[in-house]
Amino acid sequence: MSTTKKFVAVAVGLGLVTLSACTSSGSGDGEGASESKTVTLVSHDSWAASKSVISDFEKQSGYQVKVLKDGDAVQALNKAILTKDNPQGDVLFGVDNTLLSRAFDNDLFQKYEAKDSDLLPPEYRIDQQKKRVTPIDFGDICVNYDKAYFEENDLTPPESFDDLVKPEYKDLLVTENASTSSPGLGFLLGTAAKYGGDGWQDYWEKLKGNGVKVVDGWEQAYNEEFSGSAGGKKAKGDRPLVVSYASSPPAEVVFADPKPDTAPTGVAYGTCFRQIEYAGLLSNAKNAKGGKALIDFLISKKFQADMPLNMFVYPMREDAQIPEEFTKYGAPAEDSEVMAPKDIAKNRDQWVKSWTSLVLK
Amino acid sequence: MLELDEATVRFGGRTALDAVGLDVAEHEIVCVLGPSGSGKSTLLRVVAGLQPLDSGRVFLDGRDLGGVPAHKRGVGLMFQDHQLFPQRDVGGNVAFGLRMHGASKAQQGIRVRELLELVGLPGAASRAIASLSGGEQQRVALARALAPRPRLLMLDEPLGQLDRSLRERLVVELRELFSELGTTVLAVTHDQGEAFALADRVVVMRDGRIAQSGTPLEVWQRPADEFVARFLGFENVVGASVSGEAADTPWGKVPMPAGAPQGEVTLLIRPAGVRLVPSAEGLRCTVAARTFRGTHVSVHLQPESAPRLEAACALRDAPEPGDEVGVAFDAAEIVVLDGAPISP
Amino acid sequence: MDVARTEVRAGRPRTPAPGKSAARLALLVVPVVFFALFFAYPVAAIVARGLKVDGAWQLGRVGEVLAQSDIRHVLWFTTWQALVSTALTLLIALPGAYVFARFDFRGKQVLRAVITVPFVLPTVVVGTAFLALVGRGGLLDELWGVRLDTTVWAILLAHVFFNYAVVVRTVGGLWSQLDPRQEEAARVLGASRLAAWRKVTLPALGPAVAAAALMVFLFTFTSFGVVQILGGPTFATLEVEIYRQTSEIFDLSTAAVLTMIQFVAVGAILAVHAWTVRRRETALRLVDASVTARRPRGAGQWALLAAVLGTAAVLLVLPLAVLVQRSLDAPGFAYYKALTSDESGVFLVPPIEAVGNSLQYALAATALALLIGGLAAAALTRRDAGRLIRGFDALLMLPLGVSAVTVGFGFLIALDEPPLDLRSSWILVPLAQALVGVPFVVRTMLPVLRAVDVRLREAAAVLGASPWRVWREVDLPMVRRALLVAAGFAFAVSLGEFGATVFIARPDNPTLPVAVARLLGRAGELNYGQAMALSTILMVVCAVALLLLERIRTDRTGEF
Repeated sequence: MSTTKKFVAVAVGLGLVTLSACTSSGSGDGEGASESKTVTLVSHDSWAASKSVISDFEKQSGYQVKVLKDGDAVQALNKAILTKDNPQGDVLFGVDNTLLSRAFDNDLFQKYEAKDSDLLPPEYRIDQQKKRVTPIDFGDICVNYDKAYFEENDLTPPESFDDLVKPEYKDLLVTENASTSSPGLGFLLGTAAKYGGDGWQDYWEKLKGNGVKVVDGWEQAYNEEFSGSAGGKKAKGDRPLVVSYASSPPAEVVFADPKPDTAPTGVAYGTCFRQIEYAGLLSNAKNAKGGKALIDFLISKKFQADMPLNMFVYPMREDAQIPEEFTKYGAPAEDSEVMAPKDIAKNRDQWVKSWTSLVLK
Repeated sequence: MLELDEATVRFGGRTALDAVGLDVAEHEIVCVLGPSGSGKSTLLRVVAGLQPLDSGRVFLDGRDLGGVPAHKRGVGLMFQDHQLFPQRDVGGNVAFGLRMHGASKAQQGIRVRELLELVGLPGAASRAIASLSGGEQQRVALARALAPRPRLLMLDEPLGQLDRSLRERLVVELRELFSELGTTVLAVTHDQGEAFALADRVVVMRDGRIAQSGTPLEVWQRPADEFVARFLGFENVVGASVSGEAADTPWGKVPMPAGAPQGEVTLLIRPAGVRLVPSAEGLRCTVAARTFRGTHVSVHLQPESAPRLEAACALRDAPEPGDEVGVAFDAAEIVVLDGAPISP
Repeated sequence: MDVARTEVRAGRPRTPAPGKSAARLALLVVPVVFFALFFAYPVAAIVARGLKVDGAWQLGRVGEVLAQSDIRHVLWFTTWQALVSTALTLLIALPGAYVFARFDFRGKQVLRAVITVPFVLPTVVVGTAFLALVGRGGLLDELWGVRLDTTVWAILLAHVFFNYAVVVRTVGGLWSQLDPRQEEAARVLGASRLAAWRKVTLPALGPAVAAAALMVFLFTFTSFGVVQILGGPTFATLEVEIYRQTSEIFDLSTAAVLTMIQFVAVGAILAVHAWTVRRRETALRLVDASVTARRPRGAGQWALLAAVLGTAAVLLVLPLAVLVQRSLDAPGFAYYKALTSDESGVFLVPPIEAVGNSLQYALAATALALLIGGLAAAALTRRDAGRLIRGFDALLMLPLGVSAVTVGFGFLIALDEPPLDLRSSWILVPLAQALVGVPFVVRTMLPVLRAVDVRLREAAAVLGASPWRVWREVDLPMVRRALLVAAGFAFAVSLGEFGATVFIARPDNPTLPVAVARLLGRAGELNYGQAMALSTILMVVCAVALLLLERIRTDRTGEF
């Protein structure tokens, strides 16, 4: 900053500080002196945790936790990369396996191996040499079906990718734009994992021939087009199959009043793609020590058990207790398609591009 | 009391005030008279501090007003279209200046009552501005300007927008009021009747300069030059060649008062000095038009081969248009004007 | 016109007095610093990040980006849909402007507030509601089996939905003040009704229509949410593409080029707009709006009124009604009740607290917008101000045409050093919202301030009022109503502002639109229902704010 710029900045800054001091919305707490006492977590908008769990950590560790929600997962990552030299926080949570390479390419994280990381399933503990990220949770992107529709029409719901191109499911599926939507991309990657880098295009040709509908985002697909969701019912959605999450059926139960006995929707388990969310210590974290403690906390038993009903994901720790509602209305997929982050990194952009011209044009 | 020294204002390439020097004495009523664009409003704005000078100085009570902002000059200005504050009632308008000068509520109340009585609007304090007639607005504007007891009161076309009878009445009222209060007044108008009725002294302006300054009588009797004469409404202005007690004009030989300067001059023959005589005598003219002026009739006469002449005559003597009349001139009503002579 | 008057005109200085213009420039300091710091600097920073590699500008990227057929397609689509949307909006809204200007009917005030609600509602909400009209099972589908969702028609109609009020307010506001006697005079002189309208009213309205059209063009040219939600993946405007490139694909250099293209386009639109606005300020004989409106007479006028009300009902009220209906679609106001509990887990706080957050942010943003916009308007009051100052007038409108994601990301990399490390401060949200609010404040206040007679201020000065007192005693009472109207608009706009807010990192105190978006992003009936309930609350708050404004509408309204 030049001197004049600095002067102006100081002047305006002072004005703003006075302004903010006048209001009681005391969210911008101590940056300076209490720096080491505050640890900042940057995450996406879906972040949620029980207050008690967080405050237990605060009491135990002596750190104040500040959470910044920075848009959806992609935005949160992009912003973290933009502010790499002067990060907004200490830990970034919510980079999934489809995006991890972008974080690595930009040297976003520094090395840290979480205390209990040996308790996590080894297949998810990637990057073992550099130890830059810790897996926190996983979920599955799967086709959901509207139970009522299939009962009424006396039709068996599809179970696999192969089923989706069968004539009896013509014009039933709605999915999301792979270039703008995370489940849309996951579904594309799932087909690529299943049919291989050369085969997925043939599959999508067939899917297109079978009347797949593509909308821009999950909200439209699930709340407007899908006939099985609460929103879709009101919007008279007419697609009984939608690309969503394996955890969507439990959500339909938990977020209903009164709660139904069974979920109104089901999961086609043969259409799943596994999404793994990671957390990492940001390269220029101001409170690296606090950040490390926070990552340890994210894989603590307490937090892991708290996650499912807050963020609708499965905890990484196998010994974390999963709430009954969660297991009762939906189980994790047994054999999800998986793909190594480096394979995703290598092909993602090219696949999305050819997918766009194949399906959208 | 007020003194302008070489006051000059330029707007772009145009000079609105050109090195104007003017003195106004205590208790004097000075009227600046001039046509549109002569710079008379600019003069007021300069004194009020609304228009900075390009050069020259303004003194009030000996103090140089340069750099003193309008609100600290302690002068009053009444705008030509009054500019009353539409959001305030009559009392609020009149009290405005008092309030600005920190007068107490009680003082304001007393003074407002006093002034409204003075301008003939007793009890009007709570009336809305929109409900006032033109004459009433004029009175409120005056009361507002007078309220803070300005050292100098300036009036910009004070009666400009009122109808004739109201104007004539108010002129008299104002004159009485000002002499009663002893107010020093600098007024600006384009109406000579108004100026002559109101002023102790008249200043005629032309193109940013002062063309003539004097008592109404002096100016009326001896206009300084052709411009002033014509501005005052005189039409019989011609170039002439004077020799002895007579002058050669397009209208023939004209008698001159004794002691008149000799040679090429500009002459003003007042309408009263144009006497109608039987058509056989004097200059033969045809009556072109006749205008009724209340106290007299103005007659426009067309000689055979000379410019028109204006004559004033009594009501019962006035000829009909088309009549043939003769014209003779009266030396007492003939004035030699200053300034370059116009060629005959 | 009498002589004396002419002289005053001629005698008035052409150039402002040096002291006064310096004071006016001083007034501009705060707005200029505000815009430089919170708009120009962040936007420049993000563009530079995209286009500057090792300190060298990669201007060759412009050519490369423009050479891509996808991008050219986006540019073409952006332009033509904006043109068609504008034409369509004028076609549908001009009769509305006439009806609102010239007819008196029951419920007019309420209706005028209602038609403005879409303008300030977040697109997330509106998109959902609008599908109820043109989508599956919507009115058109039920009546004629026509479905327009994911067709370009959905986008075009939604643009009409959004901008109807812009035309009705801008054109209708002036129309209602045009003296009907002028048209009558033309008719007495033998002109037919149509000819009288064409020769007298149309020329007078022309600049207002042009100004409205340009505003609509600007809003549709930079349309984001509508295109994203209703257009499906096949349609993209420049704004949507900038969002995708920045936020999803993270190709900052392409985004920077597109930002620059949009900047140039928007700048051109604004220049034309400023020009028409200035023309609109030419002398027109205006009368009090309340005397020009009368009850419709004859079958023709009643039919026109019915047609306009019918259109407004279908196009504007119905989608809003659907929202309300969906929010009530559970026994015992269950969705509303759920808003007060914090069990849902989507937030750390009960969603209803978003209302409080929104109000706080909106109040702060309104105060900021009034301060900045008020100072700018005061400085721009003189019509004979220099070219530079007039240019600033147009500049203030630029934030309306720059992608929220550009500004949001720009904040992130520009305001990251103390004392301006505002990235995680709550003040950033009202700051971003104020950027959008300022143009509304300026546009509302400027015409009123310009209508105040300079000599009224001089009269006060001569009576002993200092410049500050003059402003307080003369200007303030006259602009108070305009100020309230401006405040209301700034308030409603920041209440509904979504783009910039969502791109700004913030602690967990979501605003209403953000909360709605987050609820919609979750599966489950209660989430969906709460989203509808919150949208309804947002709508009602906006409508109430606007309705209050209706009561204090100024005689001389600005453009909105």
